[in-house]
Amino acid sequence: MAYGPHTPEDRARMLEVIGVGSVDDLFADIPPPLRASGLRLPPPESESELSAHLLELAGTNRVDLVSFLGAGAYSHFVPAVVDQLLLRGEFYTAYTPYQPEISQGTLQTIYEYESLLAELTGLDVVSASHYDGATATAEGALMACRATRRERVLVSRGVHPHYRQTLCTYFGGASLVADEIPLVADGPAAGTTDLAGLERMLGDVDRPVAGVVVANPSFFGLLEPMVEIGRLAHAAGALFVAVVEPVSLAVLAAPGEYGADIAAGEGQPLGLPLSYGGPYLGILACRDALVRQIPGRLVGMTTDVDGRRAFVMTLRAREQDIRREKASSNICTNQALCALAATIYLAAIGPHGLRDVAALGAARAAELEVALAAAGAPRLHPGPYLNEFAVRVLGATEVHRRLLGRGVLAGLPLARAVPDDASLADALLVCATETTTAEDIAAFATALAAELGGGAR
Amino acid sequence: MTSIEGRPAAPAADAAKAANLAGQVSDRLGPTLFERSRPGRGGGKVPHPPKDALARIPASMLRAEGPRLPEVSEPELTRHFVNLSRLNYSVDSGFYPLGSCTMKYNPKINEWAARLPGFATLHPLAPDDLAQGTLRLLWELEQALAEIGGMKAVTLQPAAGAQGELTGILMIRAYHRSRGDVERTEVLVPDSAHGTNPATASMAGFKTISIRSAADGGVDVEAFRAALGPRTAAVMITNPSTLGLFEARLGELLSAVHEAGALAYMDGANLNAIMGRFKPGEAGFDAMHINVHKTFSTPHGGGGPGAGPVGVGEKLLQFLPSPRVLREPDGRFRLEVEGERATSIGRVRAFVGNTGVLVRAYAYIRAHGSSGLCEVSDDAVLAANYLEARLRNVLDVPFDRPCMHEFVASAATLKAQTGVRTLDVAKRLIDYGFHPPTIYFPLTVEEALLIEPTETESLETLDAFVAALERVVEEAHSDPELLHSAPHDSPVRRLDETTAARQPNLRWRAMAGVQMPCPE
Amino acid sequence: MVPQDLRYTKEHEWVRMEGDLATVGITDFAAGQLGDVVFVDLPEVGRSVAQFVAVGVIESVKAVSDLFAPVGGDVVEINAELATKPELLNSDPYGQGWMLRIRLTNRTALDGLLDAAAYKALTSES
Repeated sequence: MAYGPHTPEDRARMLEVIGVGSVDDLFADIPPPLRASGLRLPPPESESELSAHLLELAGTNRVDLVSFLGAGAYSHFVPAVVDQLLLRGEFYTAYTPYQPEISQGTLQTIYEYESLLAELTGLDVVSASHYDGATATAEGALMACRATRRERVLVSRGVHPHYRQTLCTYFGGASLVADEIPLVADGPAAGTTDLAGLERMLGDVDRPVAGVVVANPSFFGLLEPMVEIGRLAHAAGALFVAVVEPVSLAVLAAPGEYGADIAAGEGQPLGLPLSYGGPYLGILACRDALVRQIPGRLVGMTTDVDGRRAFVMTLRAREQDIRREKASSNICTNQALCALAATIYLAAIGPHGLRDVAALGAARAAELEVALAAAGAPRLHPGPYLNEFAVRVLGATEVHRRLLGRGVLAGLPLARAVPDDASLADALLVCATETTTAEDIAAFATALAAELGGGAR
Repeated sequence: MTSIEGRPAAPAADAAKAANLAGQVSDRLGPTLFERSRPGRGGGKVPHPPKDALARIPASMLRAEGPRLPEVSEPELTRHFVNLSRLNYSVDSGFYPLGSCTMKYNPKINEWAARLPGFATLHPLAPDDLAQGTLRLLWELEQALAEIGGMKAVTLQPAAGAQGELTGILMIRAYHRSRGDVERTEVLVPDSAHGTNPATASMAGFKTISIRSAADGGVDVEAFRAALGPRTAAVMITNPSTLGLFEARLGELLSAVHEAGALAYMDGANLNAIMGRFKPGEAGFDAMHINVHKTFSTPHGGGGPGAGPVGVGEKLLQFLPSPRVLREPDGRFRLEVEGERATSIGRVRAFVGNTGVLVRAYAYIRAHGSSGLCEVSDDAVLAANYLEARLRNVLDVPFDRPCMHEFVASAATLKAQTGVRTLDVAKRLIDYGFHPPTIYFPLTVEEALLIEPTETESLETLDAFVAALERVVEEAHSDPELLHSAPHDSPVRRLDETTAARQPNLRWRAMAGVQMPCPE
Repeated sequence: MVPQDLRYTKEHEWVRMEGDLATVGITDFAAGQLGDVVFVDLPEVGRSVAQFVAVGVIESVKAVSDLFAPVGGDVVEINAELATKPELLNSDPYGQGWMLRIRLTNRTALDGLLDAAAYKALTSES
């Protein structure tokens, strides 16, 4: 067997001590009608065969294209030290730190993660992490309902479609209501959350709102009027849940600054590979007053019997193993290793480095905007963005497909991502990061111009 | 104080350790990143942006001040994390006899595989044509897990076992609703169940009815029958049970469940015991989740990430989360598109799944094949029975029958005789170099220790563990105070969890307020 | 310790009657079972509560327990000290660890409570 240490002698000795003749005797409790019909899988592979097969599979993926695809998962430069440290077996093969005396490595790094994200979000309490941005957002919305004892949440259409869908799935189970806040159709604020619409929805006294959920930057890359949204939410007695992107928090106003009560978001940009969607890192943070409502693990500082500083999982009585059916969430895990990656990334990049990453992305994105407009694809929305935006391209889905053939992954065609919005049918969502080069932008613009028949319209 | 060899530590070594001038002594905590920070340290990882990069953004939308993150150089941060890692126990360094966790060895080829650039740099929204390698892997993994579980189909979307449970229960809810059956508001769960089961039922909007176990530790089928009725949506059963015993009356139970019009969900946490011997879907379970970080060796990572694929039978097929991975007649793979399957319960997370974790599970299954996986379960059950036989006269072993891959022991008699509790036994095992077993679970056994060796521990390790427990029990009689104050030899000793909960300190406050000084 | 002058519930609450005002807390036994109390969640003043319904939560490091109203009525006062000193439930459960005061709406509710002897018998069986 691949990794097992037992020799036939070992097995014989164990059987002898147990007092049975064969291992089959140990399965006698399985009633014959319930016994398996057999297991039909391919035969085992040696490590060299397995690695050849995996190389072949990985090689079938096309990762060589010049990519401008973001939409909730971003390609960033990750310093080499991150993965080197993550490969230490003491970190990645450790269990959950239920025995804190022998888990201080894990516990201190989680405390550091909580502290770093508290700084980034400007909020007091950060959970040891949730599954991903979508589930963190859903749990943030559920928190708002519990804390206000109301059953209705308003979610901007500027929040990532996957996050909105996940929230609806979670709400369906809880019999809560999630209504969508429309986006402004035209004018200087086009594509951002419609404040007048929000105010109207908040004004429905028969259906009080527990929370208002808005993303900044939005799924479309636009910067939203978070201060105003927070004011409106609080005036109606609702909590404000901000969905955020952590690298942008190095330069953009933080949730704590603009009055958010809860922040949720995706931590993948902090040193995690794209890895076709996971494992990622759910960021969930809140003000002190809401600490008892936050689901998931929390690590705190304390002392041991000798007075030494130490770290321990705390406020455990909120969790499923103690509260059982009264727990606020069934979550049993956190994304510990992913949180560790983010911690090491932030330590390696540093505060100035993180600002540089965000600013470089912004600079490249501005260059991209100019180049694409010149090639015939102007921006769809007028408002400010950081490093992601939508462009208008006639026949966007087809153009996108043809650009693949020219070696360019031209962002995301919005027709399939947001099918219920006709105004996005001819649009691509593109982004730039610090990894985007001038050559990449030129390649995209040239290919696009060729597809659109050459030159601006 | 007793060290592992039984000799007191030399005074000269103690004094040097106590001085801790290097601040990095390997078995003591050092400073936090925030305390190591000095303005001007670190940097050099990315180029500088142009000065006006953010000029086009309204000042009101920008951060007033940069975030106060630590500035540390690479050598310092390397030492910081290396030294922290050395404070951890891990599978790579020792044995975890943790019942219900299946802490088996984490194969290194899996780490290599997940990091292959073809897998690691693929964007989750890349068009299907660019993702054929990963899509094939995911599809084949689904097939393999369906075969192992005896299920019709599998979703790989859930990010963890608990999320798998939620997905399963939400599908069951959708099933009943699709048949106009809206009165089914209850989920039945044995009282020995893992806490996630009732918590999941609540999240899905159900009331949990807890059913007392029978005297032999199994589900009380009569009690279940009495509770089953038109309000029952589902039962959630762990099999083998959380006591490590196969539910002998499972057939009867599942029949009763289906007769009542309810569905049966299996918590697959204990799958390591039964591969090749029992297939839940064949037996009549309608859904089950699989903890790939247990049975399929993906690493625990200090608390995650894992993944919780869910297998379903015919009844729940149409409700699977979307998008599913499909294989076309020409052999190409694709994801379902938005709205393609209206009956789906929708998404439970963004994108497709914890693919990086799933690559590891896939590699593990291919390495083993059918014969290998059957051997895994055989050896897991063999090792558990071996430990049970050897420990029968050391601690109470409440159930006098062969166990599966884990068994429950109890320190109830020890407590009555010496005042030493399971907690003390657990903490003293740390001094002997072992991670303690799962303690105080399941809730149905007093002073419980749930012990699961897995199939990757050598006979020498198992024998050493028995020897350690024998010594601990002797110490309980001869020197109980030693156990009450254990561990003695770990980086930190018993912690003040009360103050941690009464006055939570959940983040480093860099500038404001008072922090405890670093031990220096 | 089971003070003679109090009445008790099966869920380990005690009641001290003064006129139609009931002072409520949890017993020494319950506090011992819970371990170090870290947090107490009490109902709002002014809320009307029904007998034997859960009205609050008591959290310890490793456990959680519901607080059940031993009598029905209106909550007229809660012990604000518990917000910063939950440990009073452990150190002085019958004195400074009192939790809330309810103005009784129905005196016959007292008939549903146990006297000291009955409560003592109950806990010695556990």
